[in-house]
Amino acid sequence: MADTALATGPLPPAGQPDIRAAYLEMTRRKRMYGGILLVLFVALMASGFLLAEGRNAGGFLDGLPMLTAFPSEVLSEAWANRAAIPGRILQFLPSLVETVNIAAVATLLGGLGAAVLSLLATRGLSRWPRLTPLFRRIMDAFRAVPEIVIALVLIFILGGGPVPAVIAIAIHTAGALGKLFSEVAENADPKPVEGLQSVGANWSQRMWLGVIPQVAPNWLSYALLRFEINVRASAILGFVGEGGIGHDLKLAMQWGQGRYDQVVAIFLLLFVTIVIIDRISDRARERLVKGR
Amino acid sequence: MPTLTATLPAADLSQGIVRRFARRRLTALAVPAAILAYLAYAAIAFDVAGLAQRARWDNAAILLSDFWSYKTHVSRDNRSGDLTVAIEGEAKGTYPPGMLPDWVTVAGEVTTIDLGGGHVVTYDPAGARYVVPGYGTIGIRPTEDGLVLDAPEPLPEGVSVSKNRIAVTTQAGRFNYTRSKVETFRYQPGWELFFFTLDSPFRGKGPLELAALALGGERIDPARSNLGYMLSEFWTNKMWRHGDVAWAMFETVLMAFLGTMGAALVALPLGFLAASNMMPVRAARFGLRRVFDFIRGVDALVWTIVLARAFGPGPMTGALAILITDTGSFGKLFSEALENIDERQVEGVRSTGAGGLQKARFGVIPQVVPVLLSQVLYYLESNTRSATIIGAIVGGGIGLLLTQAIMTQKDWEEVAYYMVLIVLMVMLMDSLSGWLRRRLIRGG
Repeated sequence: MADTALATGPLPPAGQPDIRAAYLEMTRRKRMYGGILLVLFVALMASGFLLAEGRNAGGFLDGLPMLTAFPSEVLSEAWANRAAIPGRILQFLPSLVETVNIAAVATLLGGLGAAVLSLLATRGLSRWPRLTPLFRRIMDAFRAVPEIVIALVLIFILGGGPVPAVIAIAIHTAGALGKLFSEVAENADPKPVEGLQSVGANWSQRMWLGVIPQVAPNWLSYALLRFEINVRASAILGFVGEGGIGHDLKLAMQWGQGRYDQVVAIFLLLFVTIVIIDRISDRARERLVKGR
Repeated sequence: MPTLTATLPAADLSQGIVRRFARRRLTALAVPAAILAYLAYAAIAFDVAGLAQRARWDNAAILLSDFWSYKTHVSRDNRSGDLTVAIEGEAKGTYPPGMLPDWVTVAGEVTTIDLGGGHVVTYDPAGARYVVPGYGTIGIRPTEDGLVLDAPEPLPEGVSVSKNRIAVTTQAGRFNYTRSKVETFRYQPGWELFFFTLDSPFRGKGPLELAALALGGERIDPARSNLGYMLSEFWTNKMWRHGDVAWAMFETVLMAFLGTMGAALVALPLGFLAASNMMPVRAARFGLRRVFDFIRGVDALVWTIVLARAFGPGPMTGALAILITDTGSFGKLFSEALENIDERQVEGVRSTGAGGLQKARFGVIPQVVPVLLSQVLYYLESNTRSATIIGAIVGGGIGLLLTQAIMTQKDWEEVAYYMVLIVLMVMLMDSLSGWLRRRLIRGG
């Protein structure tokens, strides 16, 4: 008796069983809700999968054994032709450079756009405080449009080449980075800005000297992450649209047998590039965010 | 006691500071200069100068006008004399016999087309005439050796004449005469037939009329209610295919949902096995980490291609492609989140005598769930966008419809429609995932 009184503290002993029952009841209810949610989730996943399988051309179980057929076909042909692969790698190097350039230019332009947009869309920093919601919506819209939509429409107007891809990725980057940049800028210390204002600095001076130095490490880190994403996006856009190594991959794939050494060379180039960029950006981000 | 300033000669200090400032100023200039130099190189490498010549501004004009307007073709076969009026010139947009838009009148063999603003085109057995206000009448007669033009000189801009073809383009529309047929195109704003096609009994009725019909008018089809009939007519609209589009959107969301959630389920145990504070065997950790790196390094594009070969086109292939790609990302993110947990809670649970699984369930999971959920939801939103692109490659969902519509290079109003839908879908998923994140993580 004394034990339990100690555990529950100053509560009157009469209330004890109620509290305990209520607690157990609450746990049971929580568990039940959790269970219902879990069952619902599993049912949703299962029915969704069955639905997706039903609308697919091939079934899941029929396809599983085939999964390794294509890669092994490609690899065996490429192995027979292995002497040609270093030459192929050299041949596709310019396309790879183009793909990386598309990503880099798009990240640069998109990052610059995001910097301006995010400052205009951050409460307390905006040049026109009343227009912050407008700039936020602009960023939302930029983020929502998939790159492929802009790229395909621009290809129709501008013709092939890397420029439509750059514009498409840059627009999406401006929206995606803008949101992250603005979150960082919101947490920036307002004191330098106030100090600059007190000596008569205008808006761009306040931002350039008061905000940018504070947020630069985080912004750069996000931009690097985005660059990594954009390299992948630029390869995919090449496959669907035009330009860069994705396009070469599509051509080689369409040719099919006889050009699998090219396919393997492109795979290798893409893989190595992505892993290297991944590594560099990981390291650099760690240094930027956690301090050197 | 010597202070810092006393030990350093003042001149040295100021020199050092000046030098540091100079270096900083130099880097402050060098970085933008390097960026500019790189952009200049890229401009040359991408041939931006040549772009101006290659750009097809006429395509841009077509696209922009097509986004918000439609054209109606009024064409006559010059041999048989048959007249067809069709929206966008498509069979499914053809006016049925006995039904014409009010700006086309037929009297015997004479057809009069009023393009508005005084522009009137007349087809008659002798040929065709186009009255252009402020200029005069362009008359065309077919003869044995070609078309004969009868128009006041000088010919206005937009008229092109050859032996076999005479074309007139004005602000009101386009007119085209060849030996075999004569066509007039009238452009009007709006997305025509968006709700009901021409063969539907509800076509051309205003919203009030439709509401009245739906709520209580006499049944048009005795077998079903007007509202049901209306909805089915809208859903099966042959021109805009709303039903198919809705299915495609659903497929896209389904791909994103299945892929993201499946990846999270697969990656959760793997993340435990790859976290240094959960998995004592170093080699296993290292191996798993490299597997994650490999999966992420082989791009989503490549996974998509390989899977499409095995499973054929469709939404399941897309979902599996997202699943595999994101397993790599989630594995890395989850294991990092697990490494950053607070060990004290796990120790607390262990002090009560809990085993490994119980430690994970009560010591670790409650700490990482908010972090993991927030990442999963973030990916769900971003994957909705990726699913559009993956759909274009594997052939499923709205991405496929979009690329098909773009490739025909004429259904731009449908492209605009799909674009609006995609943007709305992504924004909806964005706010949904944001709302869920707030509810689940802050609301507890």
